[in-house]
Amino acid sequence: MSERAQLLLEIADDELILGWRDSEWTGIAPFLEEDVAFSSIAQNEVGHARALYELAARDLGTTADELAFDREPSEYRCSELVELRLPEWERTIARHVLYEQADAERLEQLKASNDAEVSGLAAKIDREEIYHRLHAEMWHERLKNEPRYVEALAELQPLVGKRNGHLPELAALWEEMTSVRRSQPAGTTW
Amino acid sequence: MIYEVFRQERKGQAFQHAGSVEAADERFAESYAREQYGRRGESVALWVVARDSIMRIEEFVDELNRNYHRVDGYPLKEKLKEARERAGTTAPRDR
Repeated sequence: MSERAQLLLEIADDELILGWRDSEWTGIAPFLEEDVAFSSIAQNEVGHARALYELAARDLGTTADELAFDREPSEYRCSELVELRLPEWERTIARHVLYEQADAERLEQLKASNDAEVSGLAAKIDREEIYHRLHAEMWHERLKNEPRYVEALAELQPLVGKRNGHLPELAALWEEMTSVRRSQPAGTTW
Repeated sequence: MIYEVFRQERKGQAFQHAGSVEAADERFAESYAREQYGRRGESVALWVVARDSIMRIEEFVDELNRNYHRVDGYPLKEKLKEARERAGTTAPRDR
């Protein structure tokens, strides 16, 4: 696999898995406005994943859907940070803040790439990420003196960019995420 | 805090009340207003204002029943029709 395809998959997997995890708050976020906002962010992340998979799929002679849903959990290249199931809001926000920081740095590097396709897509994604960052920053400002939030930041920080292996939680998410696709009712093609 | 949101659908059009968002402060209000009233390209601009900042006027005193100030009670339709007949013209839509 080319270095470019590997890099694209790494980012796409991060965005897809985080999008799924964030979407677990849909309908149960702390209040209605936040439910709408956070669900929208989750949807954006999945959208970014799709664009990145499409670019990688061209290099690899496959399709975005196959890359997103037909690989084994062990083949995903996402970081442990996004794999965690976090049913606590303060930990979710801590992950959101840590992820957006790391993602901003990564996008800056990609935007400076000589590869016009990569830098173009990074610029496009970054224009949406600006609002994710604003959202993360305002929550950070609000929670930064709350002990549970501070604890969560310290707990999750070491997982940013940790990509050697996976947490057991990824397998359960993968089951859920790919179940419809794997079910393939008779007479259908995806 | 409740913030009222007004949206403009196209440039040059009047802003219309879109709804309200509940938010802890102005930054949250901006973010929530964007998500709820701007993300689908349905607005070119939003006004977001704290409900408390809106001056509310609900009482309109008319103690002496000066209904000649009002525009109702003067049906023009019949009078116009008669005038047109006298002048031998028709209503604009019939021309």
